[in-house]
Amino acid sequence: MRLEPIANPSLVRRVGLPAAALALTVLMASLLALLAGANPFATLGLIVKGAAGSKFALLETLNRATPLIFTGLAVAVAFRAKLWNIGAEAQLYAGAIVTVLLGTGALPLPSALLLPVIALAAMVAGALVLLGPVLLKTRAGVDEVVTTLLFNFIMLLFVSLLLEGPLKDPMGMGWPKSPALEKAARLPRIVEGLRLHWGFALAILSALAVWVIQTRTTLGYEIRAVGLNAEAARFAGIPVGRVMIKTAVLSGGLAALAGFSEVAGLKGNLTLDLSPGFGYTGIIVAMLALLNPLGVVLSAIFVAGVFVGADSMSRAAGVPTYIADILTATALLTMVLAIRLTRTKIRWR
Amino acid sequence: MAPETGAEVVLRLDGITKRFGPLLANDAISFGLGKGEVIALLGENGAGKTTLMNILFGHYTADEGTVEVFGRPLPPGHPRAALAAGVGMVHQHFTLADNMTALENILLGTRPLLAPRLGARAARAKVARLSRDFGLAVHPDARVGALSVGERQRVEILKALYRDARILILDEPTAVLTPQETSALFETLRKAVAQGLSVIFISHKLGEVMEISSRVLVLRHGRLVGEVATADTDRHRLAEMMVGAEIAAPRLSERAPGPALLTLSEVDTPRRGNAPGLRGVTLALRAGQITGLAGVSGNGQTALAALIGGLETPVRGSMELDGAPPADWSPRAALAAAIARIPEDRHRTGTVADFTLTENAVLESYADAPFSRRGWMNWRAAEDFARRIIATYDVRCPGPAARIRLLSGGNMQKLILGRALEAEPRIILANQPVRGLDIGAVTFVQNRLIAARDKGAAVLLISEDLDEVMALSDVIHVIYEGRLSPAFPRGTMTPAGLGGWMAGHGFGPEYTRGGADAA
Repeated sequence: MRLEPIANPSLVRRVGLPAAALALTVLMASLLALLAGANPFATLGLIVKGAAGSKFALLETLNRATPLIFTGLAVAVAFRAKLWNIGAEAQLYAGAIVTVLLGTGALPLPSALLLPVIALAAMVAGALVLLGPVLLKTRAGVDEVVTTLLFNFIMLLFVSLLLEGPLKDPMGMGWPKSPALEKAARLPRIVEGLRLHWGFALAILSALAVWVIQTRTTLGYEIRAVGLNAEAARFAGIPVGRVMIKTAVLSGGLAALAGFSEVAGLKGNLTLDLSPGFGYTGIIVAMLALLNPLGVVLSAIFVAGVFVGADSMSRAAGVPTYIADILTATALLTMVLAIRLTRTKIRWR
Repeated sequence: MAPETGAEVVLRLDGITKRFGPLLANDAISFGLGKGEVIALLGENGAGKTTLMNILFGHYTADEGTVEVFGRPLPPGHPRAALAAGVGMVHQHFTLADNMTALENILLGTRPLLAPRLGARAARAKVARLSRDFGLAVHPDARVGALSVGERQRVEILKALYRDARILILDEPTAVLTPQETSALFETLRKAVAQGLSVIFISHKLGEVMEISSRVLVLRHGRLVGEVATADTDRHRLAEMMVGAEIAAPRLSERAPGPALLTLSEVDTPRRGNAPGLRGVTLALRAGQITGLAGVSGNGQTALAALIGGLETPVRGSMELDGAPPADWSPRAALAAAIARIPEDRHRTGTVADFTLTENAVLESYADAPFSRRGWMNWRAAEDFARRIIATYDVRCPGPAARIRLLSGGNMQKLILGRALEAEPRIILANQPVRGLDIGAVTFVQNRLIAARDKGAAVLLISEDLDEVMALSDVIHVIYEGRLSPAFPRGTMTPAGLGGWMAGHGFGPEYTRGGADAA
């Protein structure tokens, strides 16, 4: 078997292969629905309806997409520089902790001032969490995949410690949760009465900002150069270590905004189940988007839709929600393969 | 033309054609190799030599055409079949395990895994006999990692002979050898031929082709454009056949050297992996002078280039720019000191393959005005710059927005050269600037370097090609195991003389760290 690159892939290849990938994903889900004893068409229909069938469903999907856009951007920014940040989960919780610390009455500021201050502080915290592993990488050559991954568990235990101790809500009937945010620290809804908060708008703005940084600024150029060829970048005088650190600050900060947005926009307090693995799902989101920051928005909405739709389908059709995990996993694998095959031809001897 | 009449044909290629997309790498190539014959396969880089040999050896499958060895067709796409039929290949880059002995490397893959000691004595005897018969002196129990390049090549040849190869293919075998090692290799090849082996010798060095081959096949753009008996031709005619046009050798005019712009005195740098560091190097790069650095690769050229390019700092001794040591030393500091760098590896170090020409053009200057202002890129200015380089340095490309990986090595090198020279450097570090380029590009790059020298730049030319160093340099140093020979002014040394220094003769007693450490 031999792989040969294609310089100018045909339209059939560029459209047909991703379509085939989607078809394969749907087929996979149908088989699983059959296995669970349900009608596959009805199951898929219910997922689509549950994700986008009503105004409520759509807003729920966008709500769920919000943290995924942030963590997806965090991963996309870091991976662009070949900085393998697997620790968006930890950075998310760092942002959430800061949001609770500053949002429960510590700062007597009006909402318009308080929210930006908290968001900024959350970003600093997320950046600091990623800074440790990155300094270890640039100074001592320690593999950041391991350190950032392990930080997730450390952070989760730390949150648990806080919720059982200093941050425990005295009015919480013994549940491990933090006190609720004051009103001024809550992100308002975009439209009164509908469950979509300003965190979503912030996520879209962040995606645009990352896109501008990557394509228009000197830092973006440096990040791309370091990611594509660190040896050439170093030779050309690009300070590779410093670029890595700036990338880490950006990536950690974005992931922390997911925590800020979830606490201040949706939950109102911090619990141990704030994130059902948004940090890890962010990796899927970023890969599906081929690390393109604007693509991250679309892929986050897609992934969120699959999860929200599967939740609602599960209640109606009795097919387990695990189908959502399998759907996103299949979609990722087939899409990545399809996009690779768009530019590559396989020759069997 | 067939091989000499009467000789048995051991290998016949018939109508070999291979396409890579739109590129016709081999176009209906046919020839025969006679028993006891050395044929040279001559051609520029990209002419199709390596593709042809890869087809012969089964690494690639030809689109059309057949290969016959000893009268039997060779099944396409099976390297093992070629080996079994008696074809042995010595690659340009060796395929040896450094942590095993020479003998172990030779036996590797010839014996079943579960009987490692079986027949070891017989094998040792066979290797000893082969190295005696063919003049391939190698200590069988030496670790390959500790062997010199010439010795490693001998191990590779022994490996092929041990497998009873009757046809030897040598891909650019002399690229890494000193002149003395090259003559030893030729001695071996003559012995092999006398014993009825046949050899295909791939090269673009005309002198060697004239010396060793009996027939020359010339490839150009994938086609066999010439086939002549070596006795009936000369270097000049071969060169013309290779490039298809008359070529002019670079000319160096007399010029009085200016002041030293960069001096090194007694500099040591640390060893990096397998690459030796510098040991007590003293060197002056003068304005309006090309300083040539000759030497077998892996003798400290990389360390010297890294030091001057800003990637390395001396651990002992001093470096001075215009008579003063630099405050800090980094690639950026080197660029700020108007040092232009043409790196050894244009693919890995010189360019970012997936960047456009524009993005690559500003790789060293992206942070300066007009390309960057307050952290924002000015892509219009960058593109104008790229267009200027493309026009001035004759970079053949689809346009500044094309990714540089689409360019040929020569055009890539022209972009790097343009990027370096447009900054109006005072010092130019050219590390293997023409390696792998076709003759047209070689002439272009060399003339640009000479023009920069004539305008007063100090040029350090590092090359493994002795002819190039001798043709272009005002003064020549030889580097050997991190040590530098004295400076030899132009015209005072013969190739043989320099070859002696390249092999390590003439250097003083083993260099040890100077006075302070000893005391």
